[in-house]
Amino acid sequence: MRVVLAEDLFLLRDGLVRLLEAYGFEIAAAVESGPELTRALADLEPDVAVVDVRLPPTHTDEGLQCALRARRARPGLPVLVLSQHVEQLYARELLADGTGGVGYLLKDRVFDAEQFVDAVRRVAAGGTAMDPQVIQQLLSRRADDRPLGRLTPREAEVLELMAQGRSNAAIAAQLVVTERAIAKHTSNIFAKLGLEVSDDDNRRVLAVLAYLDRDR
Amino acid sequence: MTTNTNSGSFRTRAREVLLAAVRGLVLALVILPLSVLCITLTAVSVSLIPIGVGIVTTPWVLDGVREVADVRRRLAYEWCGVRIRSAYRALPADANPWARTFGMLRDPQVGRDVLWLFTDMTAGFVTALLPAVLLFYPFEGFAVAAGLWRVLTLGGTYWYGFVPVTGQATAFGAAATAAVLLVGAWHLCPRLLTAHFRLTRAVLDPGKGELAERVKVLTETRKDAVDTSAAELRRIERDLHDGAQARLVAMGMDLGTIEMLLDKDPEKARQLLAQTRRASVEALGELRDLVRGIHPPVLAERGLGDAVRALALRLPVPAEVTVELPGRADAPVESAAYFAVSEVLTNAVKHSGADRIWVDLHHVPDGGGMLRISVTDHGRGGAVIGAGSGLAGVERRLGTFDGVLAVSSPAGGPTMVTMEIPCALS
Repeated sequence: MRVVLAEDLFLLRDGLVRLLEAYGFEIAAAVESGPELTRALADLEPDVAVVDVRLPPTHTDEGLQCALRARRARPGLPVLVLSQHVEQLYARELLADGTGGVGYLLKDRVFDAEQFVDAVRRVAAGGTAMDPQVIQQLLSRRADDRPLGRLTPREAEVLELMAQGRSNAAIAAQLVVTERAIAKHTSNIFAKLGLEVSDDDNRRVLAVLAYLDRDR
Repeated sequence: MTTNTNSGSFRTRAREVLLAAVRGLVLALVILPLSVLCITLTAVSVSLIPIGVGIVTTPWVLDGVREVADVRRRLAYEWCGVRIRSAYRALPADANPWARTFGMLRDPQVGRDVLWLFTDMTAGFVTALLPAVLLFYPFEGFAVAAGLWRVLTLGGTYWYGFVPVTGQATAFGAAATAAVLLVGAWHLCPRLLTAHFRLTRAVLDPGKGELAERVKVLTETRKDAVDTSAAELRRIERDLHDGAQARLVAMGMDLGTIEMLLDKDPEKARQLLAQTRRASVEALGELRDLVRGIHPPVLAERGLGDAVRALALRLPVPAEVTVELPGRADAPVESAAYFAVSEVLTNAVKHSGADRIWVDLHHVPDGGGMLRISVTDHGRGGAVIGAGSGLAGVERRLGTFDGVLAVSSPAGGPTMVTMEIPCALS
């Protein structure tokens, strides 16, 4: 799997390259600025891009803007955005086109190599990887949402993990239950929230995220 | 020796007197046509505003008037050491002609400029001409006594000042008057020219009252700003010291223990490693919160509008944010505005009981530019500035930038907090 990596701090870039290579990814390019990233994304056609939000030359949200532009040029281009801080505002912009293949994680998540690599693979496959903090922010703002209030504690737990983009198998493994049990929970959740059930994992996640982020 | 010094100082004085007279004469010659021209152009240009032409010409004409006044200010200092200050309001470089015209017309300094044109044409003209008259008129008196009277009295009595010259005797009287005038000129010429510039200063200078008031305000807001930033630094120091720094120390110690345990008890070492990783995540979280309190990342990345949008998304109460900012303000202004909005929103969420909040940010380009922010909620109202409310802090924060805060919050609501900070956008 070919990865384009954009991170301006040498130590982090180097670490990420080593980590990804250790898990069998091929690093097509590891760049350190916005313009280089734009060029690499256009020329190398990677399977997935791992991008830091803040990049030179502007040191603003150059990385995010490059990623969004690249996705407009090539819809569905898988992009995993990393940042020192997560903002719902940015998450919303990344999810706006509704095509999936999007990840948005705190840099801290790299500490857990297994989960991080799993997120990269998920995004590359067209799935979603949202940082738990984004999901918690969304949920805490919905404290008075009636349908959400009707979920059982276990269903709420499943919803949170699902919104992060985890598959039923991953959720089952984390909560130490069977996949069938999770499937039952998810269909309950969808019924309670009034969402249309879908077999497609990605569409399911996007529906949940859209529900959590609506009319705000 | 003494004579030399005397003749030296005599020459210096003579030059001073002559210079004052010549300068006065030049000024007097220039004043009349220039003032009349400036007044006419200003009047015509302002009266053309209703049909639109004036909007374009007025800034241009007033700039010209300012140029004329500036030349006089410079001469006042160079010739007589009279310092005349100016206090023109700054206009944004890209202000449209409309904003520029009305910004200038509202500027008290421009008003003083125009008033000065009138006084300069009258009293200014006389005081500028006086030194020249005092110095040059006596020479006519001497010429009269020396024989010019013969020619001048051909047509009857010739009046030299108040002396009626009819023959040699009265001509000597004229010469005596001239001598007195010359002595007067010797003593008064430079002072008269200074008087002219003092008069100019009386009209053109912004005056002390306004400045003293300004100094008072600046002293107060500076003290507030210094106090606030010192308190902020103390808080940050304490947070770092008790938070991230302490966690790093603990992690260092844990790593030492892990190193020791690696061979003896690998299982225990692994447990400790997991714990250390959690500690590092917590330290990062604390640092992140601290950074958000110092300068929020979205503010640095996107500017005020998106920073306030991101802030609104974090509130437990739905907030609608409207932003109309065609550019970015200076970083300190953005930061002050952001934290002011943040404080007002926190207040609204905590005390108003409202279930919806509206935030509006926009920039008014007139009069040098103004950032106007309003936060409205339809909660229970009764918010006041002061008495330990967060709003007093907001007022202080804005004061540093000459910003103001207004609160309208009748009991029963709604509450509307309006903040204005003068600033230009880039």
